[in-house]
Amino acid sequence: MTRAIGIIAASALILLFATLMIVIMPSMQTQSRSHPSEGLKPYSEQALRGRAVYVSLGCVYCHSQQPRDPAQAPDGIRGWGRPSVPGDYSYDNPHLLGSMRTGPDLLNIGARQPSVDWHLAHLYNPRAMVPGSTMPAYPFLFEVMEEKSASDVELKLPEAFSPGHRLIAKPDALDLVQYLRELDRTYSVKIIPTLDKSAPAATEAQP
Amino acid sequence: MQNARKAAHQASDSEELFERTIADQSSRMPVLFWLSSSMVWLLLGSLFGVIASVKLHLPDWLVQEAMLTFGRIRPAHLNVVAYGWASMAGVGVGLWLIPRLFKTALVGGHYAIAGGLIWNAGLIYGTAAILAGLSDGLEWLEFPWQTDIALVIGGALAAVPLILTLIKKRVGHLYVSAWYLIAALVWFPMLFVTANIPNLFVGVDQAMLNWWFGHNVLGLWMTPLGLAAAYYFIPKIIGKPIRSYGLSLIGFWALALFYSQVGLHHLIGGPVPTWAVTISIVHSVMMVIPVIAVAVNHHMTMLGSFRLMLYSPTLRFVVLGAMMYTFASVQGSMEALRSVNTITHFTHYTVAHAHMGLYGFLSFVLFGSVYFILPRLLDWEWPHAWAISLHFWLVFVGWGIYFWPLTLGGWLQGLAMLDPARSFMESVTLTLPYLQARSVGGSLMTLGHLVFAAHFLMMVTRKGPRREGAPQLPDGRWTAKEASS
Repeated sequence: MTRAIGIIAASALILLFATLMIVIMPSMQTQSRSHPSEGLKPYSEQALRGRAVYVSLGCVYCHSQQPRDPAQAPDGIRGWGRPSVPGDYSYDNPHLLGSMRTGPDLLNIGARQPSVDWHLAHLYNPRAMVPGSTMPAYPFLFEVMEEKSASDVELKLPEAFSPGHRLIAKPDALDLVQYLRELDRTYSVKIIPTLDKSAPAATEAQP
Repeated sequence: MQNARKAAHQASDSEELFERTIADQSSRMPVLFWLSSSMVWLLLGSLFGVIASVKLHLPDWLVQEAMLTFGRIRPAHLNVVAYGWASMAGVGVGLWLIPRLFKTALVGGHYAIAGGLIWNAGLIYGTAAILAGLSDGLEWLEFPWQTDIALVIGGALAAVPLILTLIKKRVGHLYVSAWYLIAALVWFPMLFVTANIPNLFVGVDQAMLNWWFGHNVLGLWMTPLGLAAAYYFIPKIIGKPIRSYGLSLIGFWALALFYSQVGLHHLIGGPVPTWAVTISIVHSVMMVIPVIAVAVNHHMTMLGSFRLMLYSPTLRFVVLGAMMYTFASVQGSMEALRSVNTITHFTHYTVAHAHMGLYGFLSFVLFGSVYFILPRLLDWEWPHAWAISLHFWLVFVGWGIYFWPLTLGGWLQGLAMLDPARSFMESVTLTLPYLQARSVGGSLMTLGHLVFAAHFLMMVTRKGPRREGAPQLPDGRWTAKEASS
C-alpha cells in the first residue's frame, strides 16, 4: 500500500510540475485575457453570434487562425497576414487557433475578402466561388425566399450554379459572415516573434 | 526428492489457477459491462469516422443537415472512439487486470458498473450535443459540461474497485502493469477536470491548456492503459518473465516525466512563447528513453517466441500493437522537431500519426486483450476461429491502407503548402487520391469491427458452436501455453 501511495503522490506531483512548466508559466508571460494588442477591437455582438456558429459547425477542424513567421512558412506570401501574437486573441473564447489547414488560415479573412455576397455564395456552394474547393456546402444556412422583405439578404450565385429559385440567407449565415469579416488582425504590433536569428528583430511589423 | 518437488509445484500451480478463477469470477460483471459498452461505441465511432473521411473527398455528400456536416461528424468520431471505445475498453481491461495483478477478488465491482452506466449516459448526451452543434469548441474537449461531470463521476466510481482491491491485495510487490493503471487513474481526473474548468483562460493561454490536455490524455491516460495490458499479456502468453524489471520502472517514471510536458509541440510556430514550445520539443525527444525501455522489454521478451503470433490471436494483436507503440512514439518524437513539424503541422500526416498511436497501438492491444479475457470470464470459447482471423486481416490491411497513403499524402501536402510558388489549392487537390485511399482503409477497418462485434455478441449470448480448448487461429496449430493460463 505504501508503494501505491508513493506512485499516486509522485504521479500527481509530476503532472503538477508539468502544468507549471507548459501552462502556468507561459500564460503568466502572455496574459492573453488582460493584454490585447493595441489595434484589436472587441467583436461586435453579431460577430460573437457568428463566432458561435463557426464553433458549432466545426470550421476549426479545417481552418487555422495563426499565420506563422515568414522565416518558417510562406503564410504571409499567401496573404494570410503577419505572424500573430498573443494580444491578437484576447477576446477569443473558446480559442480557435486550429490544427489543420485543409483550408486556408482565416485570421485575416475579413481583410482579404470583405464581401458579404462572396461569403454567402461561398458558404452555399464553395465550388461556385473557388473551383476545386473541397469545403463542404452549407445549404442549410439558406432558405427559399417567399416574399422579399427589406431586411432579407438574397443569395447571389453565378448563373451556372443557380438552384433555380431565389434564396435568402438565414440569420446564422449573416452572423457567421459578419464574424469572418471581423477577422482582421492587419493592424501593426510592436513586437512580433522572429525565427530568423540573422535578421534584426522587427520592431514595427506591417501586415 | 524429484517427485516431492514436482508435487509441490503442482500444488502451487493449482492454487494459482484457483486464484485466477476467483479473480476472474469477481470481475465478470463490471468487465463485461465496460467491454460490451465499448463495442457499441466502437461501431458508432467507426461509422462517424468513415462518414467524415468520405466527406473530405466528396464535399457535397450529406450536406442538407447541419448535424451531418464534417465539422460535427469529425469531433463526434474523435470523442466516441476516444472516450467511448478506447477509454471504456481500457477501463474494462483494467478492471479485469486488477484482481489478477493483486491476486485477490475484485472488491466493489458494483461501483464500476454504476460508473459505467453514468459514463455511457454522459457519452450519449455528449455525442448528441456535438451533433446538435453544442460543442465546447476545443479539440479533445468538445463535450459539454453535463457530459464532463458524468465522465468525472463515472470515472471516479470505476476507480473505486482499484483502491478497495489495492487495500486487500495479497501480493507484496506491484507488477508494472499496476503502476500504469494506478497512475492513469490519478492523471485522467486531474487532466480532465482542470481542462474543463470554464473560463480559466482565453486566447493563446487557453490554447496551451488545450494542448496540455490534448497530448496528456494520450500520454497519461490512453498510453498507460495500453502499456498495462501489453506488459501483462506478452509474458503471460509466452510463459516467460519480462526481460528486465528495472527497465520497466525506468520506462514508467521516464514516461511520467517526459510525456507530461510534450503538449506544446502542437503549437510550434504559433503565437505562444518559444521557450515553452522548446520545452515541449525537448521532452518529445526525451520520450525516446521510456519508449526504448518499453520496447526492449516487450520485444526482447518476445525474442524466440515470435512464431507464437501465428497461433495466438491475443499475442498477434498485442505484440503488433506493442511494435506500433514503438513506431508511433519514435515517429512522434521526430514529428516534434521544428524542421519536420514545419512540414507536417496542419496536414493529414498528423491525422495518420494519431491513428498509428490510437489504433495501431492502443486498439490492437485492446482487441488482443478482449480475445484473452472473454473466454475466461464466460467460461466459453470463441465460437469461430476464422472470425478472429478475418477480424485481424480486415483491420490490419485496412489500417495499412489508411496509414501509409495518408502519411505520404500529408507529407506532400505539407511540402506544397511551404512552396510559395505553388498555389494553396494545389495542396488541397493533391491530397484527394490519398484521402480516397483512407476511406477504403477506414471502411475495411469498420468491416473488421463489425465481425469483431458480431463475434463478441455470439460470445456473450453463447450462440454458435461450443468449442473446447483455447482459440486457435486457422493458420496455425495450437500450442499449449495459452491454455494453461
